[in-house]
Amino acid sequence: MPEPVIVAQNLVKRYQDFVAVDGISFEVAPGESFGLLGPNGAGKSTTMRMIGAVSTRTSGKLSVLGLDPNGYGPEIRSQLGVVPQENNLDMELRVRENLMVYGRYFGLPHARVARRADELLEFAQLEDKATAKVDDLSGGMKRRLTIARALINDLRMLLLDEPTTGLDPQARHILWDRLFRLKEQGTTLLVTTHYMDEAEQLCDRLVVVDKGRIMAEGSPADLIRRYSSREVLEVRFGSTQNAEVAGRIQGFGERVDVLPDRILVYSDSGENELERMTAAGLRPITSLVRRSSLEDVFLRLTGRNLIE
Amino acid sequence: MTRPHLSPSTLAAGAGRPRLFGSLYAGNARSVMARGWRATRSTNALVVLSGFVEPIFYLLSMGLGLGTLIGQVQTVEGASVPYAAFIAPALLAVAAMNGAIYDSTWNVFFKMQFAKLYEGMLATSLGPLDVALGEISLALLRGLLYATGFMLVMQALGLNLSWWALLALPAVLLVAFGFASVGMAVTSYMKTFQQMDWINFVLLPMFLFSATFYPLSVYPQGIQYVIQALPLWHGVELVRGLTTGQVDPGLLWHVLYYVAMIAIGLFFTTRRLKALFLN
Repeated sequence: MPEPVIVAQNLVKRYQDFVAVDGISFEVAPGESFGLLGPNGAGKSTTMRMIGAVSTRTSGKLSVLGLDPNGYGPEIRSQLGVVPQENNLDMELRVRENLMVYGRYFGLPHARVARRADELLEFAQLEDKATAKVDDLSGGMKRRLTIARALINDLRMLLLDEPTTGLDPQARHILWDRLFRLKEQGTTLLVTTHYMDEAEQLCDRLVVVDKGRIMAEGSPADLIRRYSSREVLEVRFGSTQNAEVAGRIQGFGERVDVLPDRILVYSDSGENELERMTAAGLRPITSLVRRSSLEDVFLRLTGRNLIE
Repeated sequence: MTRPHLSPSTLAAGAGRPRLFGSLYAGNARSVMARGWRATRSTNALVVLSGFVEPIFYLLSMGLGLGTLIGQVQTVEGASVPYAAFIAPALLAVAAMNGAIYDSTWNVFFKMQFAKLYEGMLATSLGPLDVALGEISLALLRGLLYATGFMLVMQALGLNLSWWALLALPAVLLVAFGFASVGMAVTSYMKTFQQMDWINFVLLPMFLFSATFYPLSVYPQGIQYVIQALPLWHGVELVRGLTTGQVDPGLLWHVLYYVAMIAIGLFFTTRRLKALFLN
């Protein structure tokens, strides 16, 4: 087995009054696409910053690309691409200039950066925006430019902190497509997200993080199999009725979760459960049978919704 | 992009030999400077121009206008020089200070708080000292341009009284370096616009009272000590000594004052940037 690109052992980050990351351990293999999934404030970004060698750990062991970030920040950063949660593009520079200038921060020769910038503009589908002002780009374009910028150096790993937060569905799909291409080319991806669909799209393997701790680890399918069912039936009886009905459906499916606005029934076949429900004389206002997702896994593990 | 890449620095690191400044410096401040140059060229050209003409307006109105009423003034060394030749070097030092302060305070404040520019820079192989040196060097370059233009105007008006005046250019750079480095250090600790206003609150009286428009000897002894503790006074006296040709070894004290300012400013700037972005 090849040497892992990230080894974290009992990693802790403590600020004065609270613990952001509370003893997490995981490994990432080269070429793997690894996800940190969790709600806001779970410690994902802090973990990402420690791996990106811009934050020092309080305790535990961390090795990134075989080096300790505490002593070799610049060496590690020179081999990473970083897409921060908020775009921090250079608003005083044009689109292509953003790539050029950023490449020079790595100390790369001008000619090579110029060649790479043109390739990346094409990759990010921004060729015709090369001389545009950054401010004039749409949200999705800005995000793609930030990703293109992160690819300007000879990177061995790309860190993406919530790559599609705040984008509309179409822009998200374009972005996923681009990231999927990188993955196919063998780029190691480290992704934080609080979107289930994103984790399922992009990650080979992931850890579910909550309150600075790892709740579960595995591939998306794996986690769904272990912590959820094949399908989920969602029914609504109206907010006043839910609690009352809840008593009558205990025993349906493998498990039932009563939420304030709806009831979830976990089962191998959502249709069967719906038929049973109808047979029992229950008439939900709306019903929906869907595939089980990581959202359900998260709910199961923490008792809370992922996005509150 | 796909193949594993081992840069020379990685190999050096693998050999277990940390660099001199550790994580602080990657020896690439020029890329930060180049960035600033591009940005200035495209967006701030007008600001640069206004900084250039402002001291010239002062010189024309006060030096030539007011100067006809005042006539000759005594320098510290006791020589008598025309009023315009007395205030011109002071205005030159003030221009250096203002240029350096503008670049290292408001510009830096905006980049830190709003543009998140430094956050992006420090996610690359750059270290905080690269960023500090790059930004300060750019401020110096601008200071040098202003100073050269102003010196040419002085020359045309016959206000450079000696060949020593040539050394006023490096002296002005030193003054700018001192202010830029302390200015950036102070700015890196500021969080709000209100705090930024304190900087102006300090600068204006310093500009007016640092023996800029009249000799230090008009003050009572106690106030003289206060003025002599302030950085601008040292800049004014250093540049004035050179352009009026009143050179003596005492000028070296002024040089030393600025060297200390530079060192202290760089130390705190680097430390603060490291605490802010690499914590």
